[in-house]
Amino acid sequence: MSLLSVRDLTVKFAMRDQTVTALNGISFDLAKGERLGIVGESGAGKSITGFSLMNLLSRPGYIDSGKILFEGEDVVQMNDKRLRNLRGNRMAMIFQDPMVTLNPVLTIGQQMIETLMAHRKLSREEARQIAIVKLREVYIPSPEERLEQYPHELSGGMRQRIIIAIALLLDPQLIIADEPTTALDVTIQADIMELMLELCQSNQVGLILITHDLGVVSQMTERTLVMYAGRIIEAGRTREIINDPQHPYTQGLINALPQQTVPGQRLKQIPGNMPGLASIPAGCAFNPRCKYATDLCRSRVPEIVQYGEVAVACHEVQRLHSDEDRQEARA
Amino acid sequence: MSDAKKDRPLLEIKNLEKRFDLDHGFLETLKFKQGRVVRESRSVHAVNNISLEARKGEALCVVGESGCGKSTVARLVAGLLTPTAGEIHYGGQRIDNLSRGAMQPLRKKIQMIFQNPYASLNPRMTIRQALEEPVRHHYPSASAAEVRDKVTEVMLSVGVDPSWAKRYPHEFSGGQRQRIAIARALTVDPEFIIADEPISALDVSIQAQVLNLMLEAKESRGLTYLFITHDLSVVEHFGTRVAVLYLGSVCEVADTATLFSSPKHPYTRALLSAVPQLKDDRPNHIRLKGEIPTPINLPTGCPFQSRCAFADARCKSEKPKAIHQPDGSMVACHAVEEDRLDAVAAG
Repeated sequence: MSLLSVRDLTVKFAMRDQTVTALNGISFDLAKGERLGIVGESGAGKSITGFSLMNLLSRPGYIDSGKILFEGEDVVQMNDKRLRNLRGNRMAMIFQDPMVTLNPVLTIGQQMIETLMAHRKLSREEARQIAIVKLREVYIPSPEERLEQYPHELSGGMRQRIIIAIALLLDPQLIIADEPTTALDVTIQADIMELMLELCQSNQVGLILITHDLGVVSQMTERTLVMYAGRIIEAGRTREIINDPQHPYTQGLINALPQQTVPGQRLKQIPGNMPGLASIPAGCAFNPRCKYATDLCRSRVPEIVQYGEVAVACHEVQRLHSDEDRQEARA
Repeated sequence: MSDAKKDRPLLEIKNLEKRFDLDHGFLETLKFKQGRVVRESRSVHAVNNISLEARKGEALCVVGESGCGKSTVARLVAGLLTPTAGEIHYGGQRIDNLSRGAMQPLRKKIQMIFQNPYASLNPRMTIRQALEEPVRHHYPSASAAEVRDKVTEVMLSVGVDPSWAKRYPHEFSGGQRQRIAIARALTVDPEFIIADEPISALDVSIQAQVLNLMLEAKESRGLTYLFITHDLSVVEHFGTRVAVLYLGSVCEVADTATLFSSPKHPYTRALLSAVPQLKDDRPNHIRLKGEIPTPINLPTGCPFQSRCAFADARCKSEKPKAIHQPDGSMVACHAVEEDRLDAVAAG
């Protein structure tokens, strides 16, 4: 049985004059210890997916329909007591900005010990010892001293390590990381990525990594979901998606990266912008920006279907593929 | 114009320094130490003895991690900050000590694009007002019709629909706003553009659009760029020359192709190896120990020594000078100078 199974999850936001659909029937599974990447641009619904999994959406957002089965139990139906047991204990979340997650007026030690004592029957000293072990696991030098420090006394990379240590405190089954390295410098990002990978592998912890950075996804995850305007438009093994993307949007996203073009040449840009949630076009949401769009694309939403190694939501994937073959043959 | 003047770079930065004082006024400088009151003023050493050049038509990229002083360099060149020491020359003229009035004609030649298009456009001005204001200011004799024509022409050239002119910034997406910010910089026909992280706040597909726009403007208008960024893949694509900054000092300056094919400074090597790659599994990521030290109390010697695997006694005591390499790059590193780097790697 998979660790997490999301079925037809639909999330809506009730605004004053209308209700918009932020997630439109998304489904995916995550096996125990598996690392899954969710990529997309701002507004695609990737963070909303992360929040929904922990049932953390607050008004005006709400889960309209669908199931989120975590170890067989539906998160959507859980009462507050069950949710408290779920959050932190079995599922933990890491955010982009560690300064927002950490309480600035409590020491690192207070925050870690408090969390442990709230969830487990432990004495203060036992909790302190566990906190020190966890800080050591994330390679924090002299952890005993760090426990006495406040978040502002630490650097950005150090804070993100502490966030990871806190996420791992209660040995969760799944970590949801929302842009965990976006605010960090590249050399620090490389360190944090290595650390997360190592911890997930050695502890058999599942990871859902939400990011806009295809390079990060490529190095961290086994499977990837690509999201666009509230839907999953491509899903499959990360390697396959990076090396041989099928959906025109995924192709565009990868081709738009500067390293995909000879230096100094025009980048292969995707025209236009992602539509706002209130003005998603009829049919495939990507159709106004897609050079392969047909009348069918403008009228009917494509279902996500298996195509070769990956699942794709595109009416024209077959035609596109033969087009590519022709290009390859010519080259 | 003499030949000597023609050969001079458009922008020359000589031994530039900038310190920001942390303790303002007499009272703040008083500190209580070991039972005595002492006077001590601390300052952030943001830029330390930097020398750079940009020739006409070049795109000089300045890269580095947060706190390395790259934005301070941009602001110093734009005249938004006054250097503590050193000189900035533009087109053969010294510009860092000019009065407001004397700086005016240069403001037309040197324009700046900022990172955050949400903050750099006045929310209470329509797009037309925002774009017309610089033209009116720099061409006071232009008629209303001439100003309007100029603005419309620039809007068309950067892909801003002239029918948007009556709208306000909040009605546009980040990418569209950055186009408008670029249009505003181009309305006064500048020669030199300082761009401080112009695409960092944008989504990937929009980044490509804006970068293409800046490349087009470079070719059609013969612009010279000072491009500040932390994103090395953008540098490789956009820059003709690159300066790598660390803690306010230049580590390495080289042609883009040279820097990416044979990086020399240990920091440049680590930086390049840390970029997440799309297709290979990062076989040799060079792990740096520790993090960037604070620029308040700079270590003596090489600024990078605390994280460098090659640091020795000399690196701790003596700050390395930038030395010319056979392939034309400039590298400030004792280990490179003494040829210790590859010896260690081989051993």
